Amino acid sequence: MNIYERRRIKNTLASGLALACVVLALIPLVYILAEVVIKGAPALSWEFLTSRTVGTGEPGEGIGNAIVGTLLLVFYAGLIGLPVGILTGIYVSEYGNNRFGTTVRFFNDVLANFPSIVVGLLAYALVVAYLDVGFSLIAGAFALAIIMIPIVANTTEEALRMVPNSLREGALALGVPRWRTVLKVMLTNARSGIVTGSLLSIARIAGETAPLLLTAFYSSYWSFSPTEPVASLPLTIFRNYNSPSDVLLEQAWGASLVLILIVLSLNIGVRILMRPRKRKHKAVKRRWMTRLSRKT
Amino acid sequence: MDDKIITEDLNAYFGEVHAVKGVDIRIPKNAITAIIGPSGCGKSTLIRCMNRMHEVVRGARVTGRVLLDGKDVYDPHMDPVFVRTKVGMVFQKPNPFPTMSIYDNVVAGLRLNGEKDWKKLDAVVEKSLKLAALWDEVKHQLDASGVSISGGQQQRLCIARALAVEPEVLLLDEPCSALDPIATAKIEDLLFDLKDKYTIVIVTHNMQQAARIADFTAFMYLGEMVEFGETKKIFESPEKELTEKYITGRFG
Repeated sequence: MNIYERRRIKNTLASGLALACVVLALIPLVYILAEVVIKGAPALSWEFLTSRTVGTGEPGEGIGNAIVGTLLLVFYAGLIGLPVGILTGIYVSEYGNNRFGTTVRFFNDVLANFPSIVVGLLAYALVVAYLDVGFSLIAGAFALAIIMIPIVANTTEEALRMVPNSLREGALALGVPRWRTVLKVMLTNARSGIVTGSLLSIARIAGETAPLLLTAFYSSYWSFSPTEPVASLPLTIFRNYNSPSDVLLEQAWGASLVLILIVLSLNIGVRILMRPRKRKHKAVKRRWMTRLSRKT
Repeated sequence: MDDKIITEDLNAYFGEVHAVKGVDIRIPKNAITAIIGPSGCGKSTLIRCMNRMHEVVRGARVTGRVLLDGKDVYDPHMDPVFVRTKVGMVFQKPNPFPTMSIYDNVVAGLRLNGEKDWKKLDAVVEKSLKLAALWDEVKHQLDASGVSISGGQQQRLCIARALAVEPEVLLLDEPCSALDPIATAKIEDLLFDLKDKYTIVIVTHNMQQAARIADFTAFMYLGEMVEFGETKKIFESPEKELTEKYITGRFG
């Protein structure tokens, strides 16, 4: 057997092993998805999606207020967490070449791996108890925002570092101030990475349960006020799963399916929105074509 | 002849590395000055000190003075952004902004600084692309991405982009090293035409290129300026032995 043949066999073995691992990793994913769809789909109905959680297992109950609650929680958390996270990422990447930047980066990593129940406890101590807001939507959103920030900051920093240095220098050398360079050149070129990171963080917090127990708590009613307790999909799943009623159990699966669908549609929706547009370029083209044709 | 840029005892460092050592050079106005020397001799660093791009690198420091029309660009009251609008730069690798069209690339310096008058921008695009000898090749595809054209065209686009902000000096850091001979010849012709209006400093690895286009040539070695003078003199009767050895290809 010559050396090339041996290499070929090694190559085949290695790629086969890698493929096997991919399949192995996909099994639980496919299994969970299938399980959720099979058990959750029968629960879905218009009534289920629009009625509130009563919690008795009687017919006519639903998860409408939990869907609204989760969307509100994610919205408020994003309102706090996305700007703070993205700006932190920008700072660390573009201005953080000093000891302070290194410290921020370190604590960011620590925070990213913090147990979410501890974050919930912090939000409880600060917002629920100290600021005396009580169990509320805003306390839940605050806890979720804290979980979001390090994820968004890290991915933003990563995305900005991926932008070639030559573009930064190109803009600076044109006499563009540093902040405009960051805003118009760096962020534009890092856009897709930052959006991906933001989506990742939203997907992550949409399913958080533990911190909400201590902050947003739970409600069986429709609630839109930031200072009132609010229902959420993860907590509905948690509560219903602990109940002996088969109806409530089925509702838990239905709620799981809805949660997955929300995260998925958010992902797909933003990706469609983020597709590069050519509108501006077309305007330029039209203007020039008319000018050129007038000249000739 | 007037000197556009004068450096006095210029030292540049990257952390502990002393890249440019006490360089004094006088760059004449409306002429092409070439800086030659082996890799790592501080040529690029020297010109990056002239428009304050050296300090963009982490841990980089500069001491000494760089006078632009007699004013020190390292004066604490001098805004680096202002210096860079007066002293434009073209880099070794063409670096058009990939998210922008050709049109937007040319006027990037103006638009990023808030210019919104389309009539003015249109005029600048046409003028700059003509100056960069690129107009005829791209006038029907101004909406195409800045990276969709060939490498040589991209580099001329970068020159157009630098000219659009109306600098007085143009620094070029090995602008042809990634280009084929035809694209190189086009850029050399272009520089030759531009020198009536601009002061041009070009860093090059290619000694023939320096001999072809430069009025003055500086030879650098290990961070020091070995010799500076008219190109003809540097190439035909250099004063220093080191220069002669390099020119004749015996080292470097």
